[in-house]
Amino acid sequence: MDTCAPMKYEACIGLETHVMQKTVTKMFCGCRNEYGAPPNTNVCPVCLGYPGALPVLNAKAIELCCKAGLLLGCEINPHSKWDRKNYFYPDMSKNYQITQADRPLCLGGQIVTEVNGEMKTFTIERIHQEENAAKNTHDKSGSLIDYNRAGTALMEIVSTPCMHSADDAFAYIQALKLIMEYGGISDCDLEKGHMRSDVNVSVRPVGQEKLGAKVEIKNMNSPSFIVEAINFEIARQIELIENGGKVVQETRGYDSDRGETFSQRTKEDAHDYRYFPEPDLLPVEISAAQISQWKSELPELPVQRRERYVRELGLPDYDAKVLTAEKHISDFFDTACHKTKQYKLLSNYMMGKVASLVTEKGVSVIESKLTAGTLAQVADLVGGGNISSSAANELIEVLFTEGGDPKAIVEVKGMAQVNDDSALEKWAEEAIAANAKAVDAYKAGNAASVNALMGYVMKQSKGKANPPAVIAMLKKKLGA
Amino acid sequence: MADATHMDVSYIAHLARIHLAAGEAELFQGQLDQVLNYVEQLGELDLSNVEPTTRSTAAFEHPGVNVLRDDTPRPSLDHDAVIANAPAARDGQILVPKIME
Ligand SMILES: [Zn+2]
Repeated sequence: MDTCAPMKYEACIGLETHVMQKTVTKMFCGCRNEYGAPPNTNVCPVCLGYPGALPVLNAKAIELCCKAGLLLGCEINPHSKWDRKNYFYPDMSKNYQITQADRPLCLGGQIVTEVNGEMKTFTIERIHQEENAAKNTHDKSGSLIDYNRAGTALMEIVSTPCMHSADDAFAYIQALKLIMEYGGISDCDLEKGHMRSDVNVSVRPVGQEKLGAKVEIKNMNSPSFIVEAINFEIARQIELIENGGKVVQETRGYDSDRGETFSQRTKEDAHDYRYFPEPDLLPVEISAAQISQWKSELPELPVQRRERYVRELGLPDYDAKVLTAEKHISDFFDTACHKTKQYKLLSNYMMGKVASLVTEKGVSVIESKLTAGTLAQVADLVGGGNISSSAANELIEVLFTEGGDPKAIVEVKGMAQVNDDSALEKWAEEAIAANAKAVDAYKAGNAASVNALMGYVMKQSKGKANPPAVIAMLKKKLGA
Repeated sequence: MADATHMDVSYIAHLARIHLAAGEAELFQGQLDQVLNYVEQLGELDLSNVEPTTRSTAAFEHPGVNVLRDDTPRPSLDHDAVIANAPAARDGQILVPKIME
């Protein structure tokens, strides 16, 4: 992801990230916020922009926006208000978008995250609440509009131009996504357009304070395309300047097939949104008591959960980092931890067998037949010496694809380890009788030769003998 | 938020997608200038300690802030009625002149 930028230029990157909040209804009306509903079924006079219809604020959206702000260390604005951003486009049938221009709900804030092993702080300027536009599709004869998405709650999180590489931007987006997911603010499903960013890129000679002319790449949802677009854009701007050219402030699109940004010819007039205060909505005032109430309700963040796994469950930091990288995986692990004390075994299975099954079968752990309860039982069976590690992997695969009761499967498939002394004793005696060389070596002081005997027993028992019990039995027999 | 006592009527008309007939631009420009000059008289007052008015609806009936509703769904319009109200439609979607090349 490194850019091939010569050292004498510095890129400055800022992101305006739109996040769709997890509300049941839209921002200003009681229509459902529902993905995939038949077109134009969740619509009413308010979200269709019929004359005379009046918007009413959704309290839950305000709460989620402020909680997002609190999770990102923002100040909650005690007085915020609403404005109209005027433009003509069929995806916004009122001919204006309700947004917040000069008094947004949240001010300031930051995201602290790791970029290539280094902790970096990225600053946030503001978060404002606004509404989503409708969905357009185009064909030969015209454009088709589905207003189901029109007027759904959308927050815009604006960073400062504090990032200097595509890696920085990638880390910022990943961290932001994780915080929004953990915080219950948004599902951040990129496929469903829950999170889209406008990316501003400029370059300047190192040491120059003033920012260079910025290029805005609009409406990107794939983090990997954002990385490609930034790298292309930084290289393009530097080359332009090196060749005596000048970067023009403009909006560019990203063509992912060609891996290039391209100029989107601006319409004949520059955007002039003629913002003015929204007369149909009253301001929002948020009290200190309300803010402390919301603060007390904030859930655990990924970084806090990672620390807890190390502190309370005794996991290595590496495990804690991997397990918390995706919320649904971490939630699954958390639930399983309430059902067993075998935390390290659970962690091993989550990162090992379960993760490889997810890749192999193309099914997430949530969609699979495996449950936190059955995985916890597997860990207990292994921890209690009832099944071997290899049997555990086999058992997890069955539970993942078919489900069922772990103990019953162990029984039916004959996976149980044999701990029974008389059976072990018989195998140990056979092993000693059949491996005179190893026995002699052991008696001569080569402790490792017991492994040869052990291998014999495991083979005889078809892997069902419990290894530590076999070793103990062999040592007892040999020592006698 | 008005930043000047002069606004170009032709430009404003274009932003509002209004077509002005011959002579109308001149007529409205004069009228608009008059209105703006009139409002500009407010500039003579010292308003540095006055909060902008943010309410215009039913200001006397409630505290004037925090009018919110619960996040509970209410019935939407009947789909067929919505489509019947649109100038053109196809496949349950509203059809408009093409907005992209
Ligand atoms: Zn509606």
